[in-house]
Amino acid sequence: MNSNATTAPGPSTGMSGAPEETLLAVQDLCSGYGPVEVLREASLSVRRGEIIALLGSNGAGKSTFINTVCGLVQPRRGAIAWMGRDITGSASPEIVAAGLIQVPEGRRVFPNLSVLDNLILGSYRRGRGARTANLERVLETFPRLRERSRQSAGTLSGGEQQMLAIGRALMGEPVLLILDEPSLGLAPVIVEEMFGLIARLNQSGLSILLVEQNVAQSLELAHRAYVMENGAVVFSGNRTELLASDRLRRAYLGA
Amino acid sequence: MHPPQSNRSVTGMASSIEDSAPPGRGSFSRSARSGQPAAVTHLLGGTMRSVRVLGAIGIVLALAPLVLHSDFQLTFVTLALYSTLLGAAWNILGGFGGQYSFGHAVFFGLGAYVAAMLQVHAGVPAWIGLVAGVAAGAAAGAALGAISFRYGLRGSYFALVTLAMAEVFRIVANSVPFTGAGVGMMIELRTGLADLQFESRRGYYYLALVLALVALAVGSWVRHSRFGAALAAVRDNEDAARALGIDATRVKVAATALSGTLMAAGGVFYLQYFHYIDPSLVFGPSVSVEALLGPIVGGLGTVLGPLIGAFALALVSQIATHLLGEAPALSMALYGLILIVMVTFLPRGIGGLGKLVRLRARRGRDA
Repeated sequence: MNSNATTAPGPSTGMSGAPEETLLAVQDLCSGYGPVEVLREASLSVRRGEIIALLGSNGAGKSTFINTVCGLVQPRRGAIAWMGRDITGSASPEIVAAGLIQVPEGRRVFPNLSVLDNLILGSYRRGRGARTANLERVLETFPRLRERSRQSAGTLSGGEQQMLAIGRALMGEPVLLILDEPSLGLAPVIVEEMFGLIARLNQSGLSILLVEQNVAQSLELAHRAYVMENGAVVFSGNRTELLASDRLRRAYLGA
Repeated sequence: MHPPQSNRSVTGMASSIEDSAPPGRGSFSRSARSGQPAAVTHLLGGTMRSVRVLGAIGIVLALAPLVLHSDFQLTFVTLALYSTLLGAAWNILGGFGGQYSFGHAVFFGLGAYVAAMLQVHAGVPAWIGLVAGVAAGAAAGAALGAISFRYGLRGSYFALVTLAMAEVFRIVANSVPFTGAGVGMMIELRTGLADLQFESRRGYYYLALVLALVALAVGSWVRHSRFGAALAAVRDNEDAARALGIDATRVKVAATALSGTLMAAGGVFYLQYFHYIDPSLVFGPSVSVEALLGPIVGGLGTVLGPLIGAFALALVSQIATHLLGEAPALSMALYGLILIVMVTFLPRGIGGLGKLVRLRARRGRDA
């Protein structure tokens, strides 16, 4: 499961020497549901061209974090800046239109709609003209989805549904793609394929925030990583730093 | 291994009757193996086809009075068309939107009462009553939708709120003087197109036909529009829809308003046809049941489902009355039975029958 040498080409380093623009800057974000405070001053940043891994165990607050960033959960304190603009508290339609798009956890496709309709809905916030071009591009990336385009999404296999969910997000022309546990519940070979795809998408210029529990594989891919515990970021750094950390090793790699 | 949120059998019957070519055999046999009928909804295209089908039905029904000579036959079709109108109204929210309302009588009654009060107290012609009644239905739909969906009510909770709302209106209409309280309201007999009352049965027939066709056309538009796509997405998976930037609350509120508008038109038709309303007649649960039964029997979330369901039910209840006589509450008991049978054996309605048979046949060949 660890040998990804053939499928995953590894992190791209071809970002030229230009100063890296910060796409997303989250500062001391707090949010929660009702009386429950889930996020406790979590901070994170993503620069253009990066793959960032957001790691942490179940219930650490990862999904709440990205849902707050995407405007699906109301932030309580803290600030979210997107390409230099303050988007704290903006509604999700606006955030999606700005190019910050997430693939929700658990392959949430629209089961009764056709694969094609699922994809088309991905460009809901884009013009009709862009839609056709995006569709062609996505079907090019996922030939499997083209084969199954008239089929209802609920009949796809787990891996295909995950591809569809990613393809659907790509239809919205993301600048930063947020993937919430894309490997969840998939067979190891499909997971390999998934990580290979993420690397390819990144090489084509897409910035990626990868939320994962699959620490080993995520770290092979990511330029930098953040570790969350109890709603706060407890560690951040690049791959080598993280792998060198005793704390992370103890918590996630069981060594 | 298996998608946790795959087909919810009752809500997942969103295939249109006039759905074009099923997917290739290869792809279909796969879903047959997994034991789930593939209810594919193609949102793209098919608009012209829908328009043509509705146009053809409209022409046939417009010519029907040439053949239907007896008043009995004409009344039968008129009431089936009126039932189609109610079903098509409910289908917008319940079928395409997946939000089951058990209290659509609230819009129906509001439309009827607003139109009646304007005619009785202000003496305005009925067509103004129709416009005002429909506007009241739209406003009530928007308000009810906003209150419910803003606070995240879904499923049975939404159904209960709508049920309660209709009851509240029934009780209010029963208590205040300007609605005539328990006595109800009777409108003057004043025939003419502006007064929406007719000397011959044909007048009502065409009024019902126009209203039903408008409601079905609105359904067809919803089915093929960007708005309808968003509505279907919200129905299938609200969280995923929101992640794509679809404002789920807004979409559902709009669907409720649209549904309420058409339902209110049904209430006005009832008033003009029977000339008399009282709180239980127009705000009572039997109106709500009539509205939801047609689409469920005919095919939920399909363009023609309400029409098929309304005519099938009209036929069944006619036969039952014929055989069993006018026993009290017979129709409600019968409807209850039909509902149970449909949901158990034909969750996709009569409209889904053809597809189911094709699927079975194919599975038989594959095996």
